Amino acid sequence: MIRLTINGREVEAPRGSTLLQACQLNGIEIPTLCYDPDLRLAGSCRMCIVECKNRPLFLASCVAPAEEGMVIETHSDQIMQARRVILELLAARHDFSCQTCDKNGDCTFQDYCYEYGIKESSFEDGGRRIYTVDDPNPFLERDYNKCIMCTRCVRACEEITVARAINVENRGHHSKIAVAFDGYLEDSPCVFCGQCVMVCPTGALTSKVSAGQGRAFEVDRVLTTCTYCGTGCTLELNVKDDRVVGVSSNREEEWSPVNKGALCVKGRFGWDFINSPDRLTTPLIKENGEFREASWDEALDLVAQRLQEVKDQHGPDSLAMFTSARVTNEENYLAQKFTRAVLGTNNVDHCARL
Amino acid sequence: MTNSIGELEKDSRCIFVIGSNPTDNHPVIGMKIKKNVLYNGAKLIVADARYTDLASIADVYLPHLPGSDVALLNAMMNVIIAEGLADQAFIEENTEGYEEMAKVVSSYTPEYAETITGVPADDIRKAARLYAQSGPAAICYAMGLTQHSTGTDNVKSVCNLAMLTGNLGRPGTGVDPLRGQNNVQGACDMGGLPNVYTGYQAVTNEAARAKFEEAWQVKLPDQNGLTLTETINKAHHGDIKALFVLGENPMMSDPDLHHVEAALKHLDFLVVEDIFLTETAQLADVVLPGACFAEKDGTFSNTERRVQRVRKAASAPGQARPDWEILCDLATRMGYPMSYASSEEIFKEITSLTPSYAGMTYARLEGKGLQWPCPTIEHPGTPYLHKDGKFSRGKGAFSAIEYKPPFELPDEEYPIVLTTGRSLFHYHTGTMTRRCQALDEHVPEAKLEVHPELADKLSIIEGERVRLSTRRGSIEITAHVTERIVPNVVFMPFHFTEAAANWLTQSDLLDPVAKIPEYKVSAARIEKL
Ligand code: SF4
Ligand code: SF4
Ligand code: SF4
Ligand code: FES
Repeated sequence: MIRLTINGREVEAPRGSTLLQACQLNGIEIPTLCYDPDLRLAGSCRMCIVECKNRPLFLASCVAPAEEGMVIETHSDQIMQARRVILELLAARHDFSCQTCDKNGDCTFQDYCYEYGIKESSFEDGGRRIYTVDDPNPFLERDYNKCIMCTRCVRACEEITVARAINVENRGHHSKIAVAFDGYLEDSPCVFCGQCVMVCPTGALTSKVSAGQGRAFEVDRVLTTCTYCGTGCTLELNVKDDRVVGVSSNREEEWSPVNKGALCVKGRFGWDFINSPDRLTTPLIKENGEFREASWDEALDLVAQRLQEVKDQHGPDSLAMFTSARVTNEENYLAQKFTRAVLGTNNVDHCARL
Repeated sequence: MTNSIGELEKDSRCIFVIGSNPTDNHPVIGMKIKKNVLYNGAKLIVADARYTDLASIADVYLPHLPGSDVALLNAMMNVIIAEGLADQAFIEENTEGYEEMAKVVSSYTPEYAETITGVPADDIRKAARLYAQSGPAAICYAMGLTQHSTGTDNVKSVCNLAMLTGNLGRPGTGVDPLRGQNNVQGACDMGGLPNVYTGYQAVTNEAARAKFEEAWQVKLPDQNGLTLTETINKAHHGDIKALFVLGENPMMSDPDLHHVEAALKHLDFLVVEDIFLTETAQLADVVLPGACFAEKDGTFSNTERRVQRVRKAASAPGQARPDWEILCDLATRMGYPMSYASSEEIFKEITSLTPSYAGMTYARLEGKGLQWPCPTIEHPGTPYLHKDGKFSRGKGAFSAIEYKPPFELPDEEYPIVLTTGRSLFHYHTGTMTRRCQALDEHVPEAKLEVHPELADKLSIIEGERVRLSTRRGSIEITAHVTERIVPNVVFMPFHFTEAAANWLTQSDLLDPVAKIPEYKVSAARIEKL
């Protein structure tokens, strides 16, 4: 353990911590934009700067090691002023269209602009570069007019998904995120996992499937397990007015043990079958080759009667049940119990083999 | 899986992927494998007739012909034994049957295997050495290994290889089947199988049966039931008269759909409970609307045996109801009252009857879930099985296995091998993903992967519609010319009802033990339209 002073308070931190970690450990919040605990450090946005006594320059706390005896100020006037300048510089390339942005209310950049009182940028003379918002893929919207070049998307793509589809192109004021030759994602190694959307601290990357259906403060997030493959990723269904309107993910291992928030294209963008107009909404009975709607009572009485007839006439082993690799354990349990205890046969199987 | 998914990301020093395409089929596992290989220095061996995404970053790529897995695995073991790379201590302490196995394997020299598999002998040697010498090594496989007439043999061979090198019972080792569907593991654990109750307690075991008879207060049948494929066959013959299908779609997922269709139509009574009017539901006498995963509470068990919560997020549409409620209602109407207040109450009954789940409660599943076996309320769950080489039945048994060719080899009439699989953007029979706007827009149709050499020979060009036929039938499909597949093999995904692969696959010849149909090898012919 080392000892240091933060905002006048003596605190301890494990040797080898960064200043940011030392602060977080002691309940002191530092704003960050490019920092992501699961990704390689970039140390580029400088939002996390702090003041250290006897050091001429501010330190980017996400990369600066905490050292014995340091005296740190995290929210001095000077620091606050410097962060305002940093935000203004970033704001110069940001299109504040918060009214129509799906990230409104769930946007780290918006939060900081609010906190630090940034309305517009005084660096904007000569005009902001305008990027066309045009990527024909059906999954994610890329609006680089809102991008603040934190490069978290690039690192997530490279380090979590290992797709290496996107990169930083050009330098300085003209830099932007792009796929090779500035093309479309569909022609790149992109697998549409949306890990970039998950880490983006602005509205530059959003889901096209969820667009316009509900903002963070309007939805409830229900933690559950993906319905597709056997990996068993944890995801959050976003629900507005009793309707699923999107998927987000929880990045804490404590809550998302298999995938730590990472998902694939099906988990993240393949949820809208839930609201499909093709869903069955009522029992159906076939009469003269055509289905007609029926009540539960009528349908279940018919099923019970027919199964019983077959059982009485031909014996229990003339009946069989296919249960499912997609329904819950509880339902599989009841399906085999029903087959064995009620139908009286062990003819129960599912498509494990298929 | 004997081991945990997370171990593939860091603990495994070598990963051998055979008959599995994780970046498409288990994408998040695929990501972890890629990370381990590209950033943590793990070695990667990929055996597949398709040049998959993982093949492109593999240290050794083995494009073995579909159905030649046993020959390939035996040859790897041949090299390991010949070069003294086997883990003698592990074999002596923890296994039996080594001598017989070694005897069979001794004739599978890499040169001999090359003639069967089409893989250069030196690559087989390289793969064997990498697997045996890199440190903790894991084997991942999926349906590409099991959906063969020799599927059981293939799996036993994989276990042989792991035991031969002591790659079991430690972090990063293991034999890891990657289960295709989210709750295949759970359906098996819960006794959704014709021969076992929950937790693999045999229906023919008197003590187990007595326990369930006592708990359920009813006399239970003592003979093994029929598997899914056998049920279809019996329905065809008229021995099965009525079938209840809960959330399955055999009219897409089962082999030889002509046969399935005839069988289902032959039934006196078919009930289908599902969320959509599937191809199967259309044939039903009664269709019952179920709730989907977002509309009910419960648990799923993933491929690493982790039991996790499923939580209700929204109401089911219209009158649709959770499957468990429907089953209770039906049982009660048939004179066997079943009623539970919640899925949690059902789970309590499960844990009271299932030793491997006994220590689980909904409260304990909060957060990280639990991996079975979890026998007591204090037990932390089991991230990897066979700790220190301890097998549940005492010693791990080697099996001596000879290569057997697939049932259907290419011949003059059907000179090409057709193999089937999944696309990243779709799932199983397409019931759900074909109704996801973005997924279906991105990949709206099935494409047949054809190697340029074969395409040249048949003068087929990219994007051309062709007729693909087997002895079962034929379909029309768009050709995609790609070097990602070996020359005499073609590949198609099976999610698309317009071009359902299973009109072409065969159902008569099953793996004799697991009763798995041979999806991965059909002799086929391609014609221009
Ligand atoms: S969707 Fe996934 S693969 Fe595509 S750019 Fe984003 S992180 Fe990379
Ligand atoms: S798109 Fe988002 S994550 Fe990527 S650099 Fe821009 S702001 Fe950062
Ligand atoms: S998100 Fe993708 S990888 Fe994860 S469980 Fe769902 S389908 Fe599988
Ligand atoms: S958060 Fe520290 S430099 Fe960006």
